[in-house]
Amino acid sequence: MCDSCHCGEAAEATIAIPGQPHGHQHQTRKIVVEHELLAQNDHQGEANRQFFAEQKILALNLVSSPGSGKTSILERTLKTLGPEIATSVIEGDQQTMRDAERISAAGAPVVQVNTGAGCHLDAEMIRRALARLPPKPHSLLFIENVGNLVCPALFDLGEHAKVAIISVTEGEDKPQKYPHMFRAASLCLLNKIDLLPHLDFDLELCKTLARQVNPRLTFLELSAKSGEGFAAWLQWLRDTFNASHCH
Amino acid sequence: MHEMGLAMRIVEIALAETEKAKASRLCEVEVEVGEVAGVMREALEFCLPAAARGTLAEQALFTIIAVPGQGHCQACQRQVAISAFPAQCPKCGSFGVAITAGTELRLRSINVE
Ligand SMILES: Nc1nc2c(ncn2[C@@H]2O[C@H](COP(=O)(O)OP(=O)(O)OP(=O)(O)O)[C@@H](O)[C@H]2O)c(=O)[nH]1
Ligand SMILES: [Mg+2]
Ligand SMILES: [Zn+2]
Ligand SMILES: [Zn+2]
Ligand SMILES: [Zn+2]
Repeated sequence: MCDSCHCGEAAEATIAIPGQPHGHQHQTRKIVVEHELLAQNDHQGEANRQFFAEQKILALNLVSSPGSGKTSILERTLKTLGPEIATSVIEGDQQTMRDAERISAAGAPVVQVNTGAGCHLDAEMIRRALARLPPKPHSLLFIENVGNLVCPALFDLGEHAKVAIISVTEGEDKPQKYPHMFRAASLCLLNKIDLLPHLDFDLELCKTLARQVNPRLTFLELSAKSGEGFAAWLQWLRDTFNASHCH
Repeated sequence: MHEMGLAMRIVEIALAETEKAKASRLCEVEVEVGEVAGVMREALEFCLPAAARGTLAEQALFTIIAVPGQGHCQACQRQVAISAFPAQCPKCGSFGVAITAGTELRLRSINVE
């Protein structure tokens, strides 16, 4: 048996000619495969990313369980940041225009994507939403994903960063139960801290567990209801916006 | 660890093609990787043999062909070489560069016996 290729030839003695180390010829054939290794979504995600870079748009993908407060955070953010930085929003929900109506009332251009049976936004939906919006150059774009911590982690929309939101009414162990999402996120917002006095939620434990899945994750605590902690979040947005050369 | 998943996919596709060709042995796999495809070449080189271990691709040689990044700068209208994302024009500094090459991630061919 030939050791180097498992071709089955008896190899008690090795007799070889330089350049033909096996001592026998292998008839190889080349097969042209040309298989694209990126999934369709990744291609479109890359195209979206290129569009954002060209237009100097900072795109942030907001992900959380249903009801963690994504829309409420956006409403309050728009009030303060709206006059400073041109901001638009893409809303993703399975059904209804409700979140888009809330954003519109808060004064920002918005498009609603209804995914129907789908449980996440994909890059192609974002491409179509961008064409409908379209966001201004040198602007900030929030993408509120469908409330779901599983598959939105796997679909690149071309965003600059994912912002994961946990509310203190959820379990501290969310990051460990949904590690892909917390690994994919750059920033984690801990929302509804106005409720902390009524709950046993351990903020530090939650952060420790999240750091175990993603040591580089940064945290901000806030309340979309009281506005507590918003100054730091708004500053993070300004800093990220400026650092991305979108100003 | 994007690269490990990618390596596993490459091995899987190469083995399927080998079987389709009714070949008995997979000798070589050629993969094209663009310089701005978001894949670390060294990481992929490390992951491929690991992904092939215990499969019929174990003895195969993996060849990675780097595809240089190229773009067209919309600000200064020049063809420019790019090496990072988001692409910045090395001549005028603009980020308005449309990428024309370098995002490839393709299993080009296999050699079988
Ligand atoms: N007490 C308190 N309630 C909040 C806070 N933020 C949001 N809520 C409430 O939480 C509920 C859900 O808030 P939304 O902003 O709709 O949450 P969402 O993440 O956009 O929900 P989906 O889009 O359905 O996934 C609403 O009743 C909000 O009023 C907060 O900081 N404190
Ligand atoms: Mg919402
Ligand atoms: Zn041999
Ligand atoms: Zn999904
Ligand atoms: Zn240029």
